[in-house]
Amino acid sequence: MSQPYDILIVGAGPGGLTAGIYGSRARLKTAIIEKGRAGGQAATTMEMENYPGFYEKTTGPGVMDQFAAHATHFGTEIIKGQVTDLDLSGEIKKVTTKTGETYQARTVILSPGAQPRTLGVKGEGQLRGKGVSYCATCDADFFEELDVVVVGNGDAAIEEAMYLTKFAETVTVIVIHNEGVLDCNKMSAEKAMKNPKIKWIWNSVLDEIIGDELVEGVRVKNIKTSEISDLDVNGVFVFIGSVPNTDFLQGKVALNKWGYITTNDKMETNIPGVYAVGDAREKYLRQVVTAAADGAIAAVAAERYLEGHVEGRVTPEDLSKLNA
Amino acid sequence: MIELTKENFDAEVLQAQGLIFVDFWSEKCEPCMALMPEVVAFADKNAGRAKFCKLDTAGNRRLAIAQKVMGLPTLVFYKGGEKVFSFNKEAIEEGGIAAVQAKLDELVGGGM
Repeated sequence: MSQPYDILIVGAGPGGLTAGIYGSRARLKTAIIEKGRAGGQAATTMEMENYPGFYEKTTGPGVMDQFAAHATHFGTEIIKGQVTDLDLSGEIKKVTTKTGETYQARTVILSPGAQPRTLGVKGEGQLRGKGVSYCATCDADFFEELDVVVVGNGDAAIEEAMYLTKFAETVTVIVIHNEGVLDCNKMSAEKAMKNPKIKWIWNSVLDEIIGDELVEGVRVKNIKTSEISDLDVNGVFVFIGSVPNTDFLQGKVALNKWGYITTNDKMETNIPGVYAVGDAREKYLRQVVTAAADGAIAAVAAERYLEGHVEGRVTPEDLSKLNA
Repeated sequence: MIELTKENFDAEVLQAQGLIFVDFWSEKCEPCMALMPEVVAFADKNAGRAKFCKLDTAGNRRLAIAQKVMGLPTLVFYKGGEKVFSFNKEAIEEGGIAAVQAKLDELVGGGM
């Protein structure tokens, strides 16, 4: 088996890619294992104007391509593979992919990201890909001149609703809150409220998705009056938050009760030499900018951890022991 | 892989004999782009066992909808012009290309 990596990163979203940039620039042997295309969830959203320095005609995939180019430019290796097993105990950690390859590393940075949360209503499962979607950039084209509903009212929901107005005839947003109350940022809320193609249904949740082979309509329930109303639509876009991709980490690192990886502010997990960054981490704000920050912190913490294992180097811990 | 359009879809798929595989994709769909190399490798590996095609839904939207495809990526097997099995994004993520391979083996019969 070849020389172990200094830093092996699981997942090439913005957190993992930033850890790659910092790791490579520290001249550490750094690789990222990614199952699909680099960029994570950020690469599936067109409307992205909150990453500092990028606000004009930038898209999620565009910015993420820059992140990936930046990481590989400084020497980060991107390996295609889906991690299915990890042995994180011991100084040399082992990471195994679905196809059976095993990679060794002295530190591991977990950046598995998250995926869209599903509603769990009748019709959702069987009509997925037939009008039910969690990715506006993937599927918006299909709904040209058709009517869609958006479920949710956070940043993603409202920004994707605006993106959908470029294609769909009408975009009806189903909001659980009172009229005028949205969870998204104020700027997006103002823009959306002024958009003539967006209609609103307040105090309501989606109760059922109706359709045989394709979506034909939805059943909406008003949570105040319990009144049920039917709406003819061709598409249902669901943006109600995300769930972490941490099933493969059960029993490997500490997770909270929702499955998010718990870390301290150095991104350290409960296992020495193992860090976690990005949307799969227990944190306050899940954005590209905070994932990137996590990545930088984790890579530097990993670098210091590795230095601590270099013979002859005095570490801050040694100094504090001296002073004690 | 054969590039399908609304012009040749009837002849290549609906009027055609035998087993036909169609990858519905579009350039804007990141998961489709990520999947594409695996689909191409799958088609190469199984050359001769079925006819392997792909359909860029950009410009062929109505055709995709007529085939009850309104989400990407979608992978569909046709036999004798009829849709016999389809994988949506969730199914692809869950089973990977291995599940598609298993379905092909089952439809061809006998395995490799």
